[in-house]
Amino acid sequence: MDFTFTDDQLLFQDSVRDFLVNEVTPERIRQTWETDSGRDEGLWAQLAELGLTGMTVPEAHGGLGMSELDFVLLAQECGYVALPEPLVHTAMVAAPLLNDLGGELAAEWSPRIAAGEAKVVVGLQQNALVEDAHVADLLILQRGGDLIAATADQVSLRHNESVDPSRKLYAAEVTADTPVVASGSNAAAAIADSFNRGALGAAAQALGLAQRMVDLSVQYTSERHQFGKPIGSFQAVKHHMADVAVRLEYAKAPVHRAAYAQAHRQAVAAHAISHAKLVACEAANLAAKHSIQVHGAMGYTWEVDLHIFMKKAWALANTWGDAGFHKSRIAERIFAEGAALGADATFAA
Amino acid sequence: MDLAYTEKQIAFREEIRSWLADNVPAEPLASFDTEEGFRQHREWEAQLNVGRWGMVTWPEALGGRGCDLIEWLIFEEEYYKARAPLRVNQNGIFLLGPTLMEYGTEEQKARILPKMANGEEVWAQGWSEPNAGSDMAAIRSTARLEGDKYVINGQKTWSTRAVWADWCFGMFRTDPESERHRGLTFILVPLNSPGITVRPIPQLDGLPGFAEIFFDNVEVAVENRLGDEGAGWSVAMATAGFERGLMLRSPARFQETARRLVNLYTANRDSADSDPAIKDAVLRAYLDAESYCMTTYQTACRLNKGGKIGAESSTNKIFWSELDQAMHATAMSILGARAELLPHAPDAQGVGAWLDGWLFSQSGPIYAGTNEVQRNIIAERMLGMPR
Repeated sequence: MDFTFTDDQLLFQDSVRDFLVNEVTPERIRQTWETDSGRDEGLWAQLAELGLTGMTVPEAHGGLGMSELDFVLLAQECGYVALPEPLVHTAMVAAPLLNDLGGELAAEWSPRIAAGEAKVVVGLQQNALVEDAHVADLLILQRGGDLIAATADQVSLRHNESVDPSRKLYAAEVTADTPVVASGSNAAAAIADSFNRGALGAAAQALGLAQRMVDLSVQYTSERHQFGKPIGSFQAVKHHMADVAVRLEYAKAPVHRAAYAQAHRQAVAAHAISHAKLVACEAANLAAKHSIQVHGAMGYTWEVDLHIFMKKAWALANTWGDAGFHKSRIAERIFAEGAALGADATFAA
Repeated sequence: MDLAYTEKQIAFREEIRSWLADNVPAEPLASFDTEEGFRQHREWEAQLNVGRWGMVTWPEALGGRGCDLIEWLIFEEEYYKARAPLRVNQNGIFLLGPTLMEYGTEEQKARILPKMANGEEVWAQGWSEPNAGSDMAAIRSTARLEGDKYVINGQKTWSTRAVWADWCFGMFRTDPESERHRGLTFILVPLNSPGITVRPIPQLDGLPGFAEIFFDNVEVAVENRLGDEGAGWSVAMATAGFERGLMLRSPARFQETARRLVNLYTANRDSADSDPAIKDAVLRAYLDAESYCMTTYQTACRLNKGGKIGAESSTNKIFWSELDQAMHATAMSILGARAELLPHAPDAQGVGAWLDGWLFSQSGPIYAGTNEVQRNIIAERMLGMPR
């Protein structure tokens, strides 16, 4: 039993955090919002150079050959800066799906992902809209029980604006004959795994988003004075933030446990990921609720940076499975007759 | 990261499981807040000690097993699963014991720990006073050094287990000129000393789980001082640290409650589902108990590897105490009109111990530092908000 990350994993997290906090500033995100694509090719090239786009691409295809467990701390950091680029989608969903599908498709596209030369996105039925389809070179889409692969020129896209200006969502219609890349039980397993990884990525980002909102609120309430004192010295304000800290503190281990389960392909992975998604998004939602409150009217403005993080948290809460979906999945397991419950089942494979 | 138990850990789990299967009394003991129950629980402590299961985290030389924190968690999981008796001497074993090992003299350890281990001496705590609750530094009870003894005067209250316990430990003001946390000294007091009056205070369940202790010129040998004179606050902080930390509130208790809550819900689903909030509350309780377990394991593994416990540990008290209340509130909702019945009421069949648990859960957010105090600590020490 060793529920800790390795020194290497923690060092990698530190260096990625430093990079992201320096590069992906709120100012830069606001500038990116003003561009046509809402995406920053220069930043993507930097992420590729650091090896991040190829984190989960096998070494044979030019990647780092790492797992969901290696990436989960980095996904938290992506959340911390509200990274608009589809890095979590790439490392948690697209690249692992290509690994699952294998064959020529993976041989063609995985090296290009690792090199930062191509973006691949995945559109599953459960999320009606496809994230970042407009910058994708290849779209792997669920159609019925099959997965098909379409290149950018084989789809017609309809943009749907999100509350989070950083999120780019598209209805994708396939306009050409495209190859089926998986069907039957292969496709079902790949779809389920992709969906779970997407939910895990959202959960990890939610942890980072919650932490950022706490940090912004602590800073703001330490600086803002009323009644001759920083408002952060008032207990009513402190207790709002303490409540967030409690929920956030206890949401971390479930996310890490879920990443471990997925990386080790444990039977409990889907259940562990639903747990992680629920508690992490709940913590982020609570962080948003209390952060806007302690920011007062400033929190309700476009000018203050809080909304960059708050809106992403709101969006992630109901995508990659809303609370109803994840709760139902857990209910199905724990309310079943003879369910293995209790302390000695927590770390069951 | 490796979330599989080692062979040694699995063997340890099997060893305690099998010992408990052979030794846990078939009939639950009476409450340790009754005279009869107190005696039964004292005997159980002796039985645990014979099996060397009383203080598994204590060093082997002191009758323990030198267990690390993961083994401790495993022990607790099996202990709660087996529904073994509550620990009547927990103030001693889990609070004073570790503090004594850190601050005590060799003479004190040799004199006190073995009798604590076998249940011969049960310990009560003497922290609070009528005007020193959340504000513990407001302690006014005094201890005056006269030759080789302290003469103690004053009053302690909310003293858990004091009605039948043999000793109490607490802080007393040794420097009459001192204020706040300076000038306090940690002293161990035999409760049979002349000049002591113990007045039981019935708790919500009507039983005297705590008491007031009055000290009227009580003489205590100076050898019962723990740590230096005037250093009581730092000794007490170490004790309170243990209390708030892992030892007393291991996740097993809450996971076992969550497991029973799930079972209560599934057994009563037809009626329970008439309130849609119940299913959600059961599910949340289960998830929160699991989250508490996972987080505790993560902390324990980090500490085992030499990490330090940080300010984030102050989140623990709020999380478990609110979870415990929520779980019992949900159970009461499921039980409906039967929920108010005492377990021995003639038509209360099957209500189990939920009502007792519900009453006890009311104390969680209050004792060992109220949750309001905990929230201040989190905001100031963990988040760095201004004082």
